[in-house]
Amino acid sequence: MQRATLDLWVGLFVVIGIGALMILSLKVGNLNTYGVSDSYVIKGNFDNIGGLKTRAPVKSSGVVIGRVTDIQFSTQSYDAIVTMNIDSRYQFPKDTFASILTAGLLGEQYIGLDAGGDEMMLKAGDTIMKTNSAMVLEEMIGRFMFDKASEDDDF
Amino acid sequence: MASETLIEINDLNFSYDTRTILKGVNMTMRRGQLIAIMGGSGSGKTTLLKLIGGAVRPSSGYVKVSGQVIHELNRDALFKMRRKMGMLFQFGALFTDLSVFDNVAFQMREHTDLSESMIRDLVLMKLHAVGLRGAHQLMPAELSGGMARRVALARSIALDPMLMMFDEPFTGLDPISLSVIGGLIRRLTDALGMTSIIVTHDVQESLSIVDYVYFIADGVIAAHGTPDDVKESEAPFVHQFVHGEIDGPVPFHYPAQAYLQDLNLEKALA
Amino acid sequence: MLKPIARIISVIQGIGHRVIEAVWRLGRATRFFLLVLLKSGTSLRRFGLVIRELYYTGVLSLIIIVVSGLFVGMVLGLQGYETLQKYGSETAVGTLVALSLVRELGPVVAALLFASRAGSAITAEIGLMKATEQLTAMGMMAVDPVARVVAPRFWAGVISMPLLAAIFSVMGVFGGYLVTVLFIGVDEGSFWSQMQSNVDFRIDILNGFIKSCFFGVAVTAIAVFEGYDSPPTAEGVSGATTRTVVTSSLVILGLDFILTAFMFRGL
Repeated sequence: MQRATLDLWVGLFVVIGIGALMILSLKVGNLNTYGVSDSYVIKGNFDNIGGLKTRAPVKSSGVVIGRVTDIQFSTQSYDAIVTMNIDSRYQFPKDTFASILTAGLLGEQYIGLDAGGDEMMLKAGDTIMKTNSAMVLEEMIGRFMFDKASEDDDF
Repeated sequence: MASETLIEINDLNFSYDTRTILKGVNMTMRRGQLIAIMGGSGSGKTTLLKLIGGAVRPSSGYVKVSGQVIHELNRDALFKMRRKMGMLFQFGALFTDLSVFDNVAFQMREHTDLSESMIRDLVLMKLHAVGLRGAHQLMPAELSGGMARRVALARSIALDPMLMMFDEPFTGLDPISLSVIGGLIRRLTDALGMTSIIVTHDVQESLSIVDYVYFIADGVIAAHGTPDDVKESEAPFVHQFVHGEIDGPVPFHYPAQAYLQDLNLEKALA
Repeated sequence: MLKPIARIISVIQGIGHRVIEAVWRLGRATRFFLLVLLKSGTSLRRFGLVIRELYYTGVLSLIIIVVSGLFVGMVLGLQGYETLQKYGSETAVGTLVALSLVRELGPVVAALLFASRAGSAITAEIGLMKATEQLTAMGMMAVDPVARVVAPRFWAGVISMPLLAAIFSVMGVFGGYLVTVLFIGVDEGSFWSQMQSNVDFRIDILNGFIKSCFFGVAVTAIAVFEGYDSPPTAEGVSGATTRTVVTSSLVILGLDFILTAFMFRGL
């Protein structure tokens, strides 16, 4: 009798524990948003990726549609080649515009896709032609200062 | 009575760090005998049991049990040998997380493939032999000292050992429990045909039940003989021990410098 | 003139002695750990033994883990909300709560609680079994106490720890949800969606899980060693119990640093 209740409690404990792991993976984490469905790979060349990291989200209209899987530096074109995994439910035209954006003022960087109007769709392995580099704060400040300085010269 | 030798101890020495505990001990014990090993506290009696059980290694000499030298056995052989030995610890050493029933069943479950219903019958038989069949559902914490000792006795004879060792089985028991345990040890020894060794300093109870007595003092055998020999003995140590005299070969005072010197009275008196 | 020098020498000797003592104990603990692993066959073959111990280490730790997790999550929610609302990003509170719990607080705090609840109990139990000669008695019955008593407790601890840490994290997230969404009124949708888009399965959840596995091994290994190694007296057992809690806590925090450095700094 004692043995049976003990087993019951232990069983319950293990069920709760594994349940907690499931909740963590599915509800708290995002196991259900990638890796589960099929995806296809596209690439993009960027002059400057700023602080973009692998596993950063790829969004379109704010919806996460994929993830950055790899970032390499190309010695042929001297720029960065970013590889992305895109959910195969979402197809994009050939002239889609990819830009590296920042979530909020200081947030994490991600890739935003703006669909173009081309009839042809991007296929697996294709490279996005139109890219927009990350905003680098130092460059922006530098440009601002330079503009200011040249304005001052006019006087 | 079978007179085959079960245990042979030959010139056994044992020291712990630099302290010598046993010096040149020789003993022979036959099958079916009930033997008492007596001596003051700290005289090395319990160590002797540990040497027989193979829990410690002798510095020199050997202990032979049914023809095998204990300290030369490898682990498996030693564990095989121990299955034929039972040991009753001073305060029973019952497993506190197991019930009385499970304590007695412990060795049967560990070492045999008996079915659960067979184990149940055997456990109840063993518990019946010590008069505690009705207590099989209790936990060790619910038992009195004497009852715990009896359960431990039932547990140690669970696999019908050929050799039983009792480490101070009478310590801390009231007179009734004491004679109950004493009687049980004698009866079980005869009924199961095993050899029993009692390590004790309880003179009266043990002399009334045992076949043979060894006295150990300062690591050597001071005297040995049958209970009748011992009672008659005029050897000063045995006499002091048996009759519980305060002073004798075992002095009342721990070795110290002269009393007057310790109190710094020498000069005053000079 | 000579006195200060003699005192300094004796201090240095004392330190040296302690260091040697510590290294010696570490060696013995490692050897014991390997011995336990070597003799785990019995507990795996007779899994009933482990299940029994799972009750004592896992089920009985459940209440403290659930209650502490809930409160830790509620505090995180409150504090996080207070700070984040200054920057107008109070919806990120879900991310803050979940990341803090899954990456650090879940494994670490659950392990600290586990060490003081289950670890100390394991040490005390084994130490007491040794002090009352139960382990010797078992050895005399030709049953190896390391295989029969120590190994099942070790494995039960190793299995319990990750489950307890996961339960702690979930309760914490729930606590954070209670405070920020139900009491304060942060938008429920953005609470969950922010959390889900920022908590990564492999980087955060899997790493947290791996951490708690490491902690489980460390805490139970320390607990069984201290118990088995304790002097067979009342003071010996109580000292060993204290040492289990102190040593495990230090090891958990130290190990956490090393693991975090490995997991989140690349490699």
